Amino acid sequence: MDTYSVLRHFADSWGLLFMTLAFLGAILWILRPGSGALHEEAAGIPFRHDDKPAPADMAAHEKEAWK
Amino acid sequence: MWDYVKLIIFAVIAVLAGIAANNAHDLAYLVNALTVLLVAAVMFLYTLRHMGEGGAPAPQDEYLDGVIRAGVIATAFWGVVGFAVGTFIAFQLAFPELNFEWAQGYLNFGKLRPLHTSAVIFAFGGNALIASSFYVVQRTSAARLWGGNAAWFVFWGYQLVIVLAATGYLLGATQSKEYAEPEWYVDWWLTAVWVVYLAVFFGTILKRKERHIYVANWFYLSFIITIAMLHVFNNLAVPVSIFGSKSVQVFAGVQDAMTQWWYGHNAVGFFLTAGFLGMMYYFVPKQAERPVYSYKLSIIHFWALIFLYIWAGPHHLHYTALPDWAQTLGMVFSVMLWMPSWGGMINGLMTLSGAWDKLRTDPIIRMMVISVAFYGMSTFEGPMMSIRAVNSLSHYTDWTIGHVHSGALGWNGMITFGMLYFLTPRLWNRERLYSTTLVNWHFWLATIGIVLYAASMWVTGIMEGLMWREVDANGFLVNAFADTVEAKFPMYVVRATGGLLYITGALIMCFNLWKTVTSVGAREAEAHATIAAE
Repeated sequence: MDTYSVLRHFADSWGLLFMTLAFLGAILWILRPGSGALHEEAAGIPFRHDDKPAPADMAAHEKEAWK
Repeated sequence: MWDYVKLIIFAVIAVLAGIAANNAHDLAYLVNALTVLLVAAVMFLYTLRHMGEGGAPAPQDEYLDGVIRAGVIATAFWGVVGFAVGTFIAFQLAFPELNFEWAQGYLNFGKLRPLHTSAVIFAFGGNALIASSFYVVQRTSAARLWGGNAAWFVFWGYQLVIVLAATGYLLGATQSKEYAEPEWYVDWWLTAVWVVYLAVFFGTILKRKERHIYVANWFYLSFIITIAMLHVFNNLAVPVSIFGSKSVQVFAGVQDAMTQWWYGHNAVGFFLTAGFLGMMYYFVPKQAERPVYSYKLSIIHFWALIFLYIWAGPHHLHYTALPDWAQTLGMVFSVMLWMPSWGGMINGLMTLSGAWDKLRTDPIIRMMVISVAFYGMSTFEGPMMSIRAVNSLSHYTDWTIGHVHSGALGWNGMITFGMLYFLTPRLWNRERLYSTTLVNWHFWLATIGIVLYAASMWVTGIMEGLMWREVDANGFLVNAFADTVEAKFPMYVVRATGGLLYITGALIMCFNLWKTVTSVGAREAEAHATIAAE
């Protein structure tokens, strides 16, 4: 088969399946139980550091809190 | 040491540009080479006069805002230029005498039209995106921009792209690809600038102090990466000579057309939509002073948009030599796109739930809300027009132009104006805007201007579409092309009037922003801002 047909065949079979599953997987991951608190936390990001970056020494214990 | 390297680089560029100008095959190339020579010479002198001054390291406890201030000025400036050219060519269509005989070949409609589209999309919109992305990524990462002065290189490098492209268009350098007219050397330069832009943006995200990457940054990042990919593939071309502006496309025929509209539609999808959605997801919550309505929905919006938009391009090529399956694919994905688009619109609008009273008191939030409303309207109209049967009526008519402008003037323009009103007092440390009344004037002038524009283009578009397909009892076409041109005259005048209102609003905005910086008192330092850890 020529390149066009090979690629075309792949695109509308395995390629399509992979893209669809990856998309549905992303949606399910967003809706997973327990993600609500994380998303609420993320939604507040724009309201925290308007004037100055976070201080350098803050990063360590903040990162601790991430876990 | 670095200063000496810079001197050598600028000197080499200046010499090479001089050689290029000396051997130039065409006028556009000559002028562009001289422009580069001039810029390199100025940069050489500037570096020479500031030798050894750049010793102090950038303060990591402050944001890099100078480049954003420059971006705000550039956005307002290029906006007015782009709107002015657009309004002028709108009058040229209504009154062809405005294609002056003495300026034939330079200022006629064919030369000015790409100047208008590039000026509003890439100069106005591009500067708005670069400036706002630098602002947003710093605030939402709680970190200073990565790469020191690389952000300044992005800003000035991008302005150079604009100047080279614009002068090139007027002098005849174009590769005839819609929204990608600049010739090969401008494409190469833009690629270099864009890679640095990506590095600055992504570098800032990597050193963020927040755990999560805020959703606005996802949109901005997808815009930067996708535009890089689209730009490189659509501009695959071989220069005829290294001393001339002409180049030849690598692709031919329908493959070239498909590549062009894969690029063209995703320029809409990722430049004018994803990037500006990044703006929406930051500035609407900030101005409304409440977090986005649903953060989950914003992520679903993101992934749905990314997965669907990239396939929608073929709807620009209905009833052409493009295979039917590809046309159908483009149509189906365009219709599916309606869903995430409206999901995003609802998310933006509902962010105001519980604060709807702000619509009455705050003209900036009103500007943002009407922008999101226009996003909803044009993302309904677009999928509808991509349906092949509808497209058979709308394609090649003014309906398309009306659709584009309800998106560009309504969605992109209004959210950018809201962004400029939001940023200016903050960046120049003013306590408020100079005049809220003037914002109100801007709002109504722009809104009425868009309504005049879109409504007249619907009427004239559908009218000419119907006139083109009208046949008599014997199957002969009833109308000559010139008949449709004549019938469109009143609508062209209405459209140009709408443009006049829109640019008047933009000029009022410039005055307002100028007065905000020059004659409004400084913002009082907040009491709690000085509690330092050390």
